[in-house]
Amino acid sequence: MDENRRAFLKAAGCAILGAGLAAPVARAAAGAVSPESAPGELTAGRWAIAINVRKCLQREDCRACIDACHVAHNVPQIEDPIREVKWLWKEPFKDTFASATHPHLDKGLADKRVLVLCNHCDNPPCVRVCPTKATWKRQDGIVMMDQHRCIGCRYCIVGCPYGSRSFNWQDPRPFITTGIRPDYPTRTKGVVEKCTFCTERLVKGLPPACVEVCNKVSGPGTMTFGDIRDPKSEVARALKDGFSIRRKPELGTEPQIFYLV
Amino acid sequence: MLEKALRGSRRYWTLVGILSTLAVAGAIAYLKQLSTGLVVTGLGRDVPWGLYIAQFTFLVGVAASAVMVVLPYYLHNYKAFGRLTILGEFLAIASVTMCLLFIFVDMGQPTRVLNVILYPTPNSLMFWDMVVLQGYLILNILIAYVTFTSESKGVHPPSWIKPVILLSIPWAISIHTVTAFLYSGLGARPFWLTAILAPRFLASAFASGPSLLIVLCLILRKYTKFDAGEEAIRKLAQIVTYAMAINIFFVLVELFTAFYSDIPEHKHHFEYLFLGLHGHNALVPFMWTSQILAVTALVLLLLPNVRNNFTYLFPICLGVILAIWIEKGLGMVVTGFIPSPLGKVTEYSPTLRESLIALGIYAAGFLIITILYKIAVSVREELEA
Repeated sequence: MDENRRAFLKAAGCAILGAGLAAPVARAAAGAVSPESAPGELTAGRWAIAINVRKCLQREDCRACIDACHVAHNVPQIEDPIREVKWLWKEPFKDTFASATHPHLDKGLADKRVLVLCNHCDNPPCVRVCPTKATWKRQDGIVMMDQHRCIGCRYCIVGCPYGSRSFNWQDPRPFITTGIRPDYPTRTKGVVEKCTFCTERLVKGLPPACVEVCNKVSGPGTMTFGDIRDPKSEVARALKDGFSIRRKPELGTEPQIFYLV
Repeated sequence: MLEKALRGSRRYWTLVGILSTLAVAGAIAYLKQLSTGLVVTGLGRDVPWGLYIAQFTFLVGVAASAVMVVLPYYLHNYKAFGRLTILGEFLAIASVTMCLLFIFVDMGQPTRVLNVILYPTPNSLMFWDMVVLQGYLILNILIAYVTFTSESKGVHPPSWIKPVILLSIPWAISIHTVTAFLYSGLGARPFWLTAILAPRFLASAFASGPSLLIVLCLILRKYTKFDAGEEAIRKLAQIVTYAMAINIFFVLVELFTAFYSDIPEHKHHFEYLFLGLHGHNALVPFMWTSQILAVTALVLLLLPNVRNNFTYLFPICLGVILAIWIEKGLGMVVTGFIPSPLGKVTEYSPTLRESLIALGIYAAGFLIITILYKIAVSVREELEA
């Protein structure tokens, strides 16, 4: 065999390997960018939502918040339940709060459908498992997604104890039946998406779309959004005055969606 | 040395032809998945990982099991494995390659897969899995290349390779441990949230990997002049026996904890596997087949007269491989998702296209084994002539 060729192949192999190993070091040295808030932006030490379950259940078939969210964010409406993409939806109480369900529960409550969404956990397992930092926690607690970096491995979906994350099993655009909103990016196939607490509205000084429409339709206090670190905030006061529960608190994820019951 | 792979018998070329055809068919099937997305698979919201990731998990075990020939030979100077180590290393190379391919086809955005290197994330076990798998592949290529070229030239391998070989021993354990940690560190999935997952993975790996090696050795013995040696094959069968016994013990330990504690979220998964849950029981016949095969194989392996008879050993080893393949390649991953965190029982079955893609990857892996083993056999034949 030609020794020169072999030597060349060896050298080339080592060079590729070396470049591969050097890349992470170079990236790490580049450093991170610190966020700055825009003028008029809503800011918080820790964003949270309190959902008043009794009030919400008075209008059990209401979909105002869900539709507002899904239209605003170009969320596709896919019929097939196993390929569905959803940011905000309803699940039976007995599945959402399995450990709080017992045979003597309030008549009918077990099957009543309560609102579920990303819990924006303080200790998010999805962020812990993501191999590319495509999902991360902002300083104000919002768990964000970078759909341009996501490789579609779905480890975050596997790690989320709430089933709050959706994968685009196909190109979602043909399923956006309400017409594509140009002011919010659509997603491509093969990436994960979920609720973002409407960061695009917060920068404009607006609360999340679901909260805004809910309080119009069902009356103020059905959904309360605010800075939970601020004791004077509406959300902090609502939690102080009432009894609230969270989904699977025993897992230590520290969900920031509170259910007032 | 590679030229040895280009001259072979009609039988060799037929095998290469069949495996290449299957691999190409798999690649063509993959093109559709690449253009339309993972919607072509049977995966969905509730079961986001399936056939691909399960095959990856099974094959990491096969790759790790090379340590079962490397360790006795290099640490204990067990000479009988001298002719076998290269086969173990070649099997590891092919297995890790299949693992990487299975991960690749599972990605929603395969073109971005290098983001794992570009944005290294030490808190993600998937990052570490990539590191240990790549490392293991490089180690095995290096070790196999250096030791085998030395052997073909009739000289002793350079002394610097010895520490590299010793490093590959704990490294082999690490690849399957890290792969188990992918699953066992998730509060969201009580089925995998058990400290015994990594030990169980290793036990089943050390049963299935050496079984595959025995099967390959017996095939080589029959169709080529290459003989790994009766003593070596018998010793491998002994390793399979111990590993299988430990594996079955671990399974029983898990079943005890789940059913005696009677904690629903732990119990439900095992109920789904062995009894069916809410009328869903797709995996039940497979799991019972697996358990019956495993116990039968162990009983037969425990009988020295049966174990040492290669006519019986061949089908027993196939039984061990099938039993563990069902356990890891079908049951283990999917059951973690059934029931889902929201209590839903959504069953999963791979689509035809998904299965074709998986078959294509297996064909590619066995093509690598065929070519590497052909080289090994030809070089040894020349040396002995």
